[in-house]
Amino acid sequence: METLERIISEHPFFADLDRAFTALMVGCASNVRFKKGDYIFREGDPADTFYLIREGQVSVEVFAPQHEPIIVATLEEGEILGWSWLLAPYQWKHQARARDNVRAIALDGKCLRNKCDQNHDLGYEILKRFARIIEQRLESTRLQLIDVYAAR
Amino acid sequence: MVAETVMAARATPRKAAVSPVDCVVLAANELQTLIAVLLRQQYEVVGPTIRDGAIVYSSIESAHNLPQGWTDEQSPASYRLKARPDDAYFGYAVGPQSWKRYLHPAEVRLWSAERTVSSFRILNNDSLNSASTCNRPLAFLGVKACELAAIRIQDRVLMEDRYEDPIYQARRSGTFLVAVQCTQSASTCFCASMSTGPGVSDGADIVLTELNGRCGHRFLARARSDHGAKLLYELRTTPATQSDVDEAEALVQSAAEAQTRSINMTGLRDLLYQNFEHPRWEVVTARCLTCVNCTMVCPTCFCTTVEDVSDVSGVHAERWRKWDSCFTQTFSYIHGGSIRTSSKARYRQWLTHKLAAWQDQFGSPGCVGCGRCITWCPAGIDITEEAAALREGENHGNT
Amino acid sequence: MVPQAYVIRNVAKETPDTFTLKLTPESGSDGSTFQPGQFSMLWVFGVGELPISISGDPSEKGQLVYTVRSVGQATNALVTHAVGDGVGVRGPFGTGWPIEAARGRDVIIVAGGIGLAPLRPVIYEVLNHRRDYGRLVVLYGARSPRDLLYRKEMTAWSRQRETQVLVTVDYGGMSWHGHVGVVTTLFKYARLKPTRSVAMVCGPEIMMRFVTRELESHGLSRNDIYLSMERNMKCAVGFCGHCQYGPHFICKEGPVFPYERLKPLLDKYEL
Repeated sequence: METLERIISEHPFFADLDRAFTALMVGCASNVRFKKGDYIFREGDPADTFYLIREGQVSVEVFAPQHEPIIVATLEEGEILGWSWLLAPYQWKHQARARDNVRAIALDGKCLRNKCDQNHDLGYEILKRFARIIEQRLESTRLQLIDVYAAR
Repeated sequence: MVAETVMAARATPRKAAVSPVDCVVLAANELQTLIAVLLRQQYEVVGPTIRDGAIVYSSIESAHNLPQGWTDEQSPASYRLKARPDDAYFGYAVGPQSWKRYLHPAEVRLWSAERTVSSFRILNNDSLNSASTCNRPLAFLGVKACELAAIRIQDRVLMEDRYEDPIYQARRSGTFLVAVQCTQSASTCFCASMSTGPGVSDGADIVLTELNGRCGHRFLARARSDHGAKLLYELRTTPATQSDVDEAEALVQSAAEAQTRSINMTGLRDLLYQNFEHPRWEVVTARCLTCVNCTMVCPTCFCTTVEDVSDVSGVHAERWRKWDSCFTQTFSYIHGGSIRTSSKARYRQWLTHKLAAWQDQFGSPGCVGCGRCITWCPAGIDITEEAAALREGENHGNT
Repeated sequence: MVPQAYVIRNVAKETPDTFTLKLTPESGSDGSTFQPGQFSMLWVFGVGELPISISGDPSEKGQLVYTVRSVGQATNALVTHAVGDGVGVRGPFGTGWPIEAARGRDVIIVAGGIGLAPLRPVIYEVLNHRRDYGRLVVLYGARSPRDLLYRKEMTAWSRQRETQVLVTVDYGGMSWHGHVGVVTTLFKYARLKPTRSVAMVCGPEIMMRFVTRELESHGLSRNDIYLSMERNMKCAVGFCGHCQYGPHFICKEGPVFPYERLKPLLDKYEL
């Protein structure tokens, strides 16, 4: 647990977070491993966890019938995976897969949601940080969407 | 390459005083001899003549071809010829064409090639041979001050930048210029505010001023080059007096003072750069038909396009250069589409280039105040009015 | 200016719509020297002329290499040529990449799609004179894995010392094991020393806008970021007027410009 606390408090995502809050986060954290090819979550599953990737590559995919899944983003060491745990209906919208052996810290989203409901200051800090991630992913996605490299 | 040229609005052109010692006087009918001498020297003489209800430039053989006794009445979207009460040869402002038709031709072949087994062979490099130049050197008779300034501007663009256009160079070198100072202005003229006229400064071989007062119909003539001086020796002339010079000065001055239009060039470059989204652009665009008239009549517009053509057999190919205009929809086309699709963007490009960007590129504005674009715009858009309107309100950089 | 006759010596297919052509002069050797970043006007008999960036190794004399994407009639005519066919060449024209200014400094190359072609000569230049430059970081983004250019070479580049090559695609399939995301997402993996770097960027204009924002946020100065711009070109010698971008003639002052000079122009719609 002591190692987890250090990792979490030193991670840029949690920087400037009150020590008390960090301790709260640590209480919801655990180490996890995924083997190459494992699904970390699938579309439609209940979303109660988010991950801080420590090693390996994760792909975020959209699956379609008659088609192999399309990778729309890859995330690597240091990045945060998953925000659907934060907003109702708490359900994954995509699937995530370990593209090689992945080590991560899993944070119990359900536990954290409860703590955020009780402590709105913590809730605000968490929401601010996730809003930033969502903004970055949205911007990237838009740029991928407009297909800048296409010959028009 | 930032040019710090600031053109202040002026009512009178700046010139050093002319001394009678440098001038001669020739009788009005001596103009015929002038033309004859030029023809004898194997020049193709190009001068003003009346055709299709306008004063245009064409090859002339005699003073009878000149628009003697005619003047032009110009206003936005309107041009009419009117008979004068006197017999002045050059008593008009400017017609629809400019001399650029001759120096920077509307259509010219650059080269031709023929296919070989696996490749090609250039047959004629027309920019190097006389096919694209004229058979004879050109003599321009009746170059107004604004037109002379426009020729100087095109010299700068086409001969004095990183590359030199050999076609323009071949036609320009050896061209003899007889300038005529304006003694009256059309309502569309604003050369005084652009410091390009109506008095002629440098660049011509001979400068004429037509006098028609108490002392009779005559020309004050001043040689501005050795070649010009030699030509004047061939004519019957008398020495000029101070009163001749004063009469000429007074006429040119009155032409300047008669001008009602002007552009205030002070700080206009930065103003145009900072007002990319000025509401005025929408206003003028509602009228602009992007008909390209303004760029065709403008004496400084130089844009061209190239056309590759081949014959039916596919063996013979030619590359032609033709006048083009930034007002066309395809002018800014790159794969995927044009950059300036709206007419607003195209009008803005033209005006900003003419009055602002040209200064950064070539050290002076591209406009000489001849007023042709005002007269020949079917919608009567007035560049002086637009320039003034863009000064109003706060900066509209990028909304 | 007339085109000089060149002969196609090699045609290599890079992607389904992109080909690399190697040309040598039909007669004699003229040097064919160029600065990285310069372009030629390639003439297809009876069809027309195209501005194409030179994408070969500047140290290999007597030949010119172009990577061409088929997007229209003229480019299609060009890429369907065979070995032995003739092509007219005028040039080279334009202002190249700041090779001199980059000496002794780290070089960051950010390329999008076909934009890697005009930057490849810089990569060759740096690798051919390795000691004259600091680290080399190449960030390359393309639409999908099959749109990537120069794949074998990139692998070779990434093995050079003090060189980092990172590649991403906008979307990938199961056989793609690299990054997926826009090219700016590669910055977090790049080892950069912004204050001792010169960045050279080429790709679609939208891509160059978001890349320059990212470079600035990493601490690079606008005078150390260079872009290659594209506009309609007819003459390539500053007379036809078509390539003007604001007050700049892209054929003479560009296509390479320091970002400092372009900043006031890039976000102007329909300039």
